[in-house]
Amino acid sequence: MAEKVLEIAGLKTHFFTRAGVVKAVDGVSLSLARGEILGLVGESGSGKSITGFSILGLIDPPGRIVEGSVRLMGQELVGRSDSQMQSVRGRDLAMIFQDPMMTLNPVLSVGTQMVETVLAHEQVSKAEARARAVAALAMVGIPSPEERLDAYPHQFSGGMRQRVAIAIALLHRPKVIIADEPTTALDVTIQSQILATVQELCRTTGTALIWVTHDLTVIAGLADRIAVMYAGRIVETGPVDSVLDHPRHPYTIGLIGSVPSRGKRGERLAQIPGSAPSLASLPQGCPFAPRCGKAIAACRSERPDLEPVGRSLVACHVAQGTGGAE
Amino acid sequence: MSAPAVAAFVEVETPLRRFVRQFSEDRVAVFGLVVFLLIVALALAAPFYAPQNPYDLSRVDLMDSRQPPGAKALDGYTMWLGSDGVGRDIFSAIFYGLRISLAVGAASCLIAATLGMTVGLIAAYAGGRTETLIMRLVDLQLSLPSVLVALILVAMFGKGVDKIILALVLVQWAYYARTVRGSALVERSKDYVEAARCLGLSHTRILFRHILPNCLAPVIVVATVQTAHAISLEATLSFLGVGLPQTEPSLGVLIANGFQYMMSGKFWISTFPGLALLITIVAINLVGDRLRDVLNPRLEK
Repeated sequence: MAEKVLEIAGLKTHFFTRAGVVKAVDGVSLSLARGEILGLVGESGSGKSITGFSILGLIDPPGRIVEGSVRLMGQELVGRSDSQMQSVRGRDLAMIFQDPMMTLNPVLSVGTQMVETVLAHEQVSKAEARARAVAALAMVGIPSPEERLDAYPHQFSGGMRQRVAIAIALLHRPKVIIADEPTTALDVTIQSQILATVQELCRTTGTALIWVTHDLTVIAGLADRIAVMYAGRIVETGPVDSVLDHPRHPYTIGLIGSVPSRGKRGERLAQIPGSAPSLASLPQGCPFAPRCGKAIAACRSERPDLEPVGRSLVACHVAQGTGGAE
Repeated sequence: MSAPAVAAFVEVETPLRRFVRQFSEDRVAVFGLVVFLLIVALALAAPFYAPQNPYDLSRVDLMDSRQPPGAKALDGYTMWLGSDGVGRDIFSAIFYGLRISLAVGAASCLIAATLGMTVGLIAAYAGGRTETLIMRLVDLQLSLPSVLVALILVAMFGKGVDKIILALVLVQWAYYARTVRGSALVERSKDYVEAARCLGLSHTRILFRHILPNCLAPVIVVATVQTAHAISLEATLSFLGVGLPQTEPSLGVLIANGFQYMMSGKFWISTFPGLALLITIVAINLVGDRLRDVLNPRLEK
């Protein structure tokens, strides 16, 4: 196994609201090797975005990381001061957001935004920062990058804007990029172009990528590994083909079953009944148990831990009990 | 795909050009702007064409006092708008007075805007107790009538241009603070701010380079209205006798000087400076009204 760039262990991020403690992230452990692409999958409100923000140390009150560690190249990030984190953000860790319309400042030219990002972390001349920006734009496939540098965000199309956002994220050759549903707002054709670009860039620059999404089809072609999140915890993780071809956790099975495909034409789509539980008042035992058709008595009393089943790690009493017969 | 992209790039209207086009759609606003610019130009150029320098006491002759419009002065020039109680040519005094009124308005507006915007931005960005403290201070300031507060402040500080500006700033900063805080709160929750934080930019940089420019539109509107307000407030204070000294007459001082003669038929001493003040403020407000329409995103078609 290659060197680990990012190791998260037992991360817990809770929000202390008036309605009670919301356990948005409740004991997540992940690790990421150099150049690896991890798909972080889950429904809305499963804590996947908050996991991303926790890694960057961008949890605003009333939220707080209450437990666990985030190690980047062996360096602990949890507990660092804001100014210490500032020097890591953008340089070693970068983020790409869902909506490229919103993440670029509308009143500053793309060049200005890129140059200031370079200058925020490195003492170089403006001309050199500009040259770096041009190189980054060229790398993500923007035509005539030199001219486009002076353009404003509204002069770009949606796909081009997301490419700019990716170029900005790549400026400092970060160790890890966290991409929070970056193609959800784009056309399918543009989406596949962006996916291809990102995949190639990760391979060539050795940047590890956490691709947060709710779309399993995107992950299937892109990621090396998948982690499925439910109610603030990872319920199943493993190599992409293991998780997608032999899902063990009923939730993962439900997720895959609810994707319409040609093979299932005319059939009724399998759906997961109910909705994600409120993170402020999780039931005792497995949080998925109330929606699970296979739940046994143990599921309602004891919360399952991640244990190896086949080539994956699964947190489910039933799957662990059957030993993962395929 | 690069060719159409480049073509689209050339054709897109820049925000500034769109702003100019939308502004000029309203003829009344353009008229107001032209009048205002003309007034500014006339005020700036006053020393070059005004027949008398009202600050130069050797040029002011008491024998010329209270002459009706059109009378000949002892120096030989015609006093088209008459003269006041101490022999100042009203025509010259109006444009010299406009210089002071406009300068006081512009200076207090600039300082109050800078102060108010900084405070408002900090309140919006910091949140919590800092925000509560600042905004309650703003509420307190805005709940008191501005003329009264300015009157008290000037009475405390004494006379003089700098003191008047200080008083006006203290009366007006709260409007800017409230306006900026409102839009900064909206901007702060937008994704580009989160993105900027993810890039490791410093708080000051995010605040002044990213959030501030996005909050400027409503500030520009407030600034035009408040400039007009500052000018009339200065005139009010001077009229009440606590503003600018007699030796440097602003429009308010000129109006006050003529007030005692109103009943004796010498209407021109107060009327013409009053008209000048009226035209200036109406012109600024016409511009401000149109700016509010153009810069308000909710009214965009």
